[in-house]
Amino acid sequence: MAKITVDGKVFEVDPNNNLLQELLSHKQDLPYFCWHPSMGSVGSCRQCAVIEYANDDDQRGRQVMACMTSPREGARYSMDKAHQFRAQAIESIMTSHPHDCPVCEEGGECHLQDMTVMSGHTYRRYDGKKSTHNNQNLGPFIGHEMNRCITCYRCVRYYKDYAGGTDFSVQASHNHTYFGRFQDGSLESEFSGNLAEVCPTGVFTDKVFSKVYSRKWDLQSSPSVCAACGVGCNINPGERYGTLRRVVNRFNDEVNGYFLCDKGRFGTGYVNSAQRISVNMSRSAHDARPSEITPVDAKAKLLAMKGNAIGIGSPRASLEANYALRALVGKDNFYAGVSDVEFGLLNQVIDIYQNRPVHIASIKDIEKCDAILVLGEDVTNTAARIALALRQSVKNIGKEMAARIKLPMWQDAAIRTLAMDKKSPLYILSSHATRLDDIARQVHIGSAADSARIAFAVAHVLDSSAPAVTGLSDAEMALVNSIATDLKAAKHPLVVSGTSSLEPALLNAAANIATALGNGDQRGNLALCVPEANSLGLMLLMDGSQNSLGKAMQSGARQAIVLENDLYRRAPSATVDSFLSGLQQLAVLDHLQHRTGEAANLVLASGTFAETTGTFVNYEGRAQHFYATFKPVAAIQSSAKWLCDSEFGNEPRIHILTGGAAAILPNGYKLQKLTPGADWTFAGQRAPRQHHRYSGRTVMRAHLNVHEPKQEQDEDGLMNYSMEGVPATKDATIFNSPWAPGWNSNQSLFKFQKSAGGELKQGSHGERLFDENTGAKAWYAAVVQQAAISGFAQFPIYHLFGSEELTAQSEAIQAKATGAYVALNPADVARLGLGASDGVQVQHNGAVPYLARASITPGTVGISVGLHGLNYQNMTTAGVSLNKAANWQNPKDWRASNIIVSDAGSSSAYGRGTQG
Amino acid sequence: MSNLIASTAPKARQLTHEEIHDIEHEKTHYPYAQAVGLEALKIVQKYQGWVSDESLLAVAEYLKLPPDELEGVATFFNMIFRRPVGKHVILLCDSVACWMLGCDNLKAHISSKLGIDYGQTTADNQFTLIPVPCLGDCDKAPTMMVGDKTYRNLTPARIDAILAECKAHG
Ligand code: SF4
Ligand code: SF4
Ligand code: FES
Ligand code: FES
Repeated sequence: MAKITVDGKVFEVDPNNNLLQELLSHKQDLPYFCWHPSMGSVGSCRQCAVIEYANDDDQRGRQVMACMTSPREGARYSMDKAHQFRAQAIESIMTSHPHDCPVCEEGGECHLQDMTVMSGHTYRRYDGKKSTHNNQNLGPFIGHEMNRCITCYRCVRYYKDYAGGTDFSVQASHNHTYFGRFQDGSLESEFSGNLAEVCPTGVFTDKVFSKVYSRKWDLQSSPSVCAACGVGCNINPGERYGTLRRVVNRFNDEVNGYFLCDKGRFGTGYVNSAQRISVNMSRSAHDARPSEITPVDAKAKLLAMKGNAIGIGSPRASLEANYALRALVGKDNFYAGVSDVEFGLLNQVIDIYQNRPVHIASIKDIEKCDAILVLGEDVTNTAARIALALRQSVKNIGKEMAARIKLPMWQDAAIRTLAMDKKSPLYILSSHATRLDDIARQVHIGSAADSARIAFAVAHVLDSSAPAVTGLSDAEMALVNSIATDLKAAKHPLVVSGTSSLEPALLNAAANIATALGNGDQRGNLALCVPEANSLGLMLLMDGSQNSLGKAMQSGARQAIVLENDLYRRAPSATVDSFLSGLQQLAVLDHLQHRTGEAANLVLASGTFAETTGTFVNYEGRAQHFYATFKPVAAIQSSAKWLCDSEFGNEPRIHILTGGAAAILPNGYKLQKLTPGADWTFAGQRAPRQHHRYSGRTVMRAHLNVHEPKQEQDEDGLMNYSMEGVPATKDATIFNSPWAPGWNSNQSLFKFQKSAGGELKQGSHGERLFDENTGAKAWYAAVVQQAAISGFAQFPIYHLFGSEELTAQSEAIQAKATGAYVALNPADVARLGLGASDGVQVQHNGAVPYLARASITPGTVGISVGLHGLNYQNMTTAGVSLNKAANWQNPKDWRASNIIVSDAGSSSAYGRGTQG
Repeated sequence: MSNLIASTAPKARQLTHEEIHDIEHEKTHYPYAQAVGLEALKIVQKYQGWVSDESLLAVAEYLKLPPDELEGVATFFNMIFRRPVGKHVILLCDSVACWMLGCDNLKAHISSKLGIDYGQTTADNQFTLIPVPCLGDCDKAPTMMVGDKTYRNLTPARIDAILAECKAHG
């Protein structure tokens, strides 16, 4: 630590950090634009100027950029003396800014507005012409209004350097510098949405939000957790007039940091969908028309099933909802609503996490890792935020090189120049080319079982007591050895795998490697991706029970309650058909109608994540609490509340259910720590969901009634559905959105962090439920070579946009999605005699279009999962036969141009080809 | 790429043998193919006169560079022409020394003679007029370049002669 004096005040600062970040850590109001806590400094905007004095006698000093300055022990600085320069810097920037705040979506949460006010530039003298630019159509997610640009370069540094996007650049120079694509077209990066938050002005904005725009201060918001995959990114959804308007990032140091993926950000349109189940319905017989019933009747009918019904839980419903169902039907009648294969895989993940000496890697851990093996998990499509983290991991080599020559870590441009194209080693074993191939040292394409064998061999090379593998080719052994060598040489080696390949051996092999990497107190990093927001929460509630969905369907039950689940996505269609037709009474609680719901004689409208409060457990076993953002219409209830009977007092506060789940989960007591307590108040008040500048409260309903209605009550406590309460300044884990005096944009976050860019003052949100296992090494048995199969060996292909059930029903996601298809090697396309517009008949399934991909091994077929037109669960045998479909016409939802593949030798160069 | 632009998007053209030959030669000077981006654009411009979208895509594909990145290079440098230019590109210096010695008059003279303003090309595609900041010949101001030849101590009469000569030699 160094002591410095700034305008007479003494601060203790970290000399390894830059002066700007350190002053922000001391909560000083020093303006800046181009510096970003996740991206370091480049010194391009000249906004963070301060005066540095050479010694005690120096009266003049010299002007330096704080973000490019290492604080010196004992040095003297002034922010005040550079005030005028900063105002002039803004004035100069503003000569090419349109001053269109009233019609700009950034208005009210604009970093440029805040900095302009802070710098003191309040009067415009320039009356010359301004440059104008063409705006591009960047696709369904991001709007573009280039005239507002202040050339801070944050966007291009984020999109290209940070997120690895290739279809975006800075063009031209001086007063006509331009940030955009080569040509109009949909941004290809899966992380494009972050542009809207990274850009300090209104150039890049959330296009989906634009259509239903509302100022930040008019949005009702709450701390929430993304429900779209198993990563569990923290989000702030915003509501106005009863509809969910947008999702922005909510900082969590250990999980998502500052960034989300586009599925999470743009995939919540289903909450407002016209297809929402917004009334409760029942019917007397299967073929009768459903009729609307009151919530009271609906609940009575549901609870009447107690004692006779089995319950099928859901990996996308909260812990509390699953717990309530389990309590209602009894432990023995509670079944996991996941496919049987997934049931086994998820139990395996839990077994590994609980019983192997490995370190479960958070995203923050992943970003520190310096040698990585990605094992059969297409993370960009299944757990996108992890893919973005891996893009940071491979940059660690640059940081190491910088450390060797004593270059500070915040020197972004210098470190990039130093590293050039050097990357920390990352290996990918996969059944097809993936979007991370561009950062991989080596990619090996093979079946999941083959990948597992290679991985088992790596474990054996690392630790000879791990089981060996025989029969690998020389090329495979060479790969095994280089993976082992790089992992061994690394300070923080990491294995990433997951359930999506549907291959148990992969998980075991991943566990063996992570175990083998353990050394003394250090354990190998392991991240196992799971499919859904609460996959692990559901499986932990099973508490070792073997009640799989398959067992449920064979249980002979005549009544069933299905929680937030379409069984047709979980089991072969024929099996579900026969199960459902054997039922006398089927109750389904869900948000959107689906085939299972259509077969039900009792349908209950259940609240989405945005309308309910609860807990999800993410891929690392981190339990995270989310608060309802708004109250849905009266007919819609949270599943948890629907399922509570008098045992809990019919309408219990949510923490009672959390407490019930806590008694079952490992380290369940930690769930109590997720909130400051149900009866928490600050200065006698709860936290507000609405901004203190929330407008229109008295007139919002004036077209209906001039009386201001009573504010909605939140029975669950902690937060009000109103402006009342302690403004969002005290505890960042229960605030509506970041805001601080003078800082209206999301940049205000540093005021809530211990040090700028670091952990929140309250610590990282969430509680990890798995203790680190410090026991002795133990091994899983290696797999033997697979027997030959007949037909094509199938493997699943996932799409970030479209494979997930709920987000797929959001308009913005649909614009980037496609219908179902199979992917084949061009040689097999020829072998099957497929012409350009032919379709493929898939055994046990429908006919679909095909995509030729050079990376796919001949004799194997990639089959899309979750996309409309195929049920992957129908393929229960290893190997499917494929035939040319008769009388084929490509369906309307087939959009090959939305599929971004990275196969070498695809139709256009540099991994940006689309095919079809 | 997106379906938004599928139908009208320009496609890479075939590079000529000469272009490929020259680019390959340049490649031997650099550690990465990507570093050749600017030189390759200059080569294309040498043969084509300017860099069309089709040419830019062709170079990007050939060097395995994202076209977006290459566009950043192409548009950063003023002397890479991303729009068609005339046979003779007139680069008239408008920087301090030449300005003091009356380049504004020369500009007016050229404009009225050829009927073009800065950034424009004559209807017969013979001349394009572009301002340039300092040719490094200030002691012989005012100056201009036409093609790769520099002309010094300019007067309207000398300009007439130069333009006539250019025309005569096609
Ligand atoms: S577009 Fe936004 S982020 Fe990019 S340079 Fe301009 S102001 Fe900065
Ligand atoms: S990575 Fe997963 S949790 Fe994170 S924003 Fe995307 S979908 Fe949501
Ligand atoms: S923040 Fe320091 S120069 Fe931009
Ligand atoms: S100012 Fe014209 S050549 Fe230098």
